[in-house]
Amino acid sequence: MSAARRVSEARAGWAMSSPALAAITLFFVFPAIASLFLSFTDFDIYALANLDNLRFVGFQNYARLIENPLFWKAMMNTLLFVALGVPFIVALSLFAAMLVNSRWLAWRPVWRVALFAPYVTTLVATAVVWRYLLHTRYGLVNYLLSLVGIAPIDWLGSPNASLPAILIFVGWKTFGYNMIIFLAALQTVPRELDEAARIDGAGWWTRLRHVTLPAIAPTVLLVSVLTVAGMFQLFAEPYVMTQGGPAQSTVTVLYFMYEEGFKWWNLGSGAAVAFLLFLCILALTLVQLQLAKRSGAI
Amino acid sequence: MSLRRWSVTLLAAFVALLTTAPLLWMVSVSFMAPGEAAQFPPPLLPADPTMANYHTLFGSFGIGRFLANSLLVSTLATILALIFTIPAGYAFAKLRFRGRDATFRLLVAALVVPGQIGMLPLFLELKAMGLVNSYAGALVPWLAGIFGIFLVRQYCLSIPDEMLEAARIDGASEGQILRRIVLPILTPIIVTLALFVFLGSWNDFMWPLIILADQNLYTLPVALAAMSREHVQDNELMMAGAVVTTLPVLILFLALQRFYLSGLLTGSVKG
Repeated sequence: MSAARRVSEARAGWAMSSPALAAITLFFVFPAIASLFLSFTDFDIYALANLDNLRFVGFQNYARLIENPLFWKAMMNTLLFVALGVPFIVALSLFAAMLVNSRWLAWRPVWRVALFAPYVTTLVATAVVWRYLLHTRYGLVNYLLSLVGIAPIDWLGSPNASLPAILIFVGWKTFGYNMIIFLAALQTVPRELDEAARIDGAGWWTRLRHVTLPAIAPTVLLVSVLTVAGMFQLFAEPYVMTQGGPAQSTVTVLYFMYEEGFKWWNLGSGAAVAFLLFLCILALTLVQLQLAKRSGAI
Repeated sequence: MSLRRWSVTLLAAFVALLTTAPLLWMVSVSFMAPGEAAQFPPPLLPADPTMANYHTLFGSFGIGRFLANSLLVSTLATILALIFTIPAGYAFAKLRFRGRDATFRLLVAALVVPGQIGMLPLFLELKAMGLVNSYAGALVPWLAGIFGIFLVRQYCLSIPDEMLEAARIDGASEGQILRRIVLPILTPIIVTLALFVFLGSWNDFMWPLIILADQNLYTLPVALAAMSREHVQDNELMMAGAVVTTLPVLILFLALQRFYLSGLLTGSVKG
């Protein structure tokens, strides 16, 4: 290859990638880094009007957050979403994937699309729908529960039920996505392996634990990491369904950040929340990777 | 069919019905008369189907305006994302230039950083640029689509180098190679990416909520959320609003599901 062609290839490479790289730098990398700097300032509505009012305040935003009970409430709620939501959603997705992967299933593509459909719907629209489905008196959910003799639950009006109620909605909305990822992994598990275990007399649960799960362990990890990140990014769900209530039982970290930043215009403090959120996601992901390495999943 | 086949299929049908029930219920209630759904037991089908809710939505609520806004923002987001992403993805896969691999590794690492981290500074940045409360402001995040670059690059890796070399020997410029040889090969992944961006920007809520203050600029999700806060009691009207908001993307997905699902798998392999 001639040197001239090599130069023109390199030039074309830069020309084609630089618009995207410029946009990423300007609208993604720079704001993310600026968030850290912003969190050390007292940027508020006065600074928004006139930058002369901006002061460097060190760790004051962080110190204030640590003393703010609502921040801790938001943190605890989010951790509760992770602790309850990740096992719930992973189990739900795996169940759906195993069902759709079953060798006895007829019209597989139909069921696959039906189960995936909620994932592509507009979050705000389906959150509105679920607000009515979860209505204490007229909701379909309580009606179905009444058929099996369960008394009406005040899903969105009681501080104990509101978080599970949102989780049910989030589970419904997202399990299809994870199901597709699980399906791809399940298809790589040799049918013979499962068949041999069956002939040896292993039941459904034993085969799941000792044949299927070890074979798809890396995918279980991938799905949990994605779900953890998803749980940390809950915002529209509480915004539409509960507005953070009742009794702040569904204020998530992101919801808190939004209110801090765009309702009260405490952008410095909001940026501190954003940065802490990032650290949490990073830490939890690293812990999961470490656990997976130790158990030999990856 | 054997008994086993019947029972598994029946179970799947039941789960599918349970999963789609909220969507079917949404459509059904949207044709009910005001107040009809607020009964116990909740009615499943409208006693006397009516278009009244849709008339109210498009009449006094002017939802047509928000529908047009959403269409405009999502279409522009898709076109812009394709223009920015496709050449970059191709360059990272097939063109040798200095710093390419290091830059790409940085991009992959950046994939784990959620966009919300930089939202407040991005708001201030766009305010300084005069783009707050404009469609341009709402479009900006879609220009910085690292995931799209990743998707296109994965697909481009399978293009044989000999094919590109042959075109170079024939005297084609790099731009011509991209347009005449690479783009036709990329058609399936372009459809996938376009679908991802269109659906993503259509469904997006937090960023348009922050950046669009003027009601006339609201996209459907932002308008619907505002409406649902004011009209909590109007069950049937809100269901019609939900149908208008989500049906377009649902139909688009059903029509192009093959592209969507295959792209989803290419993307998740990254982990």
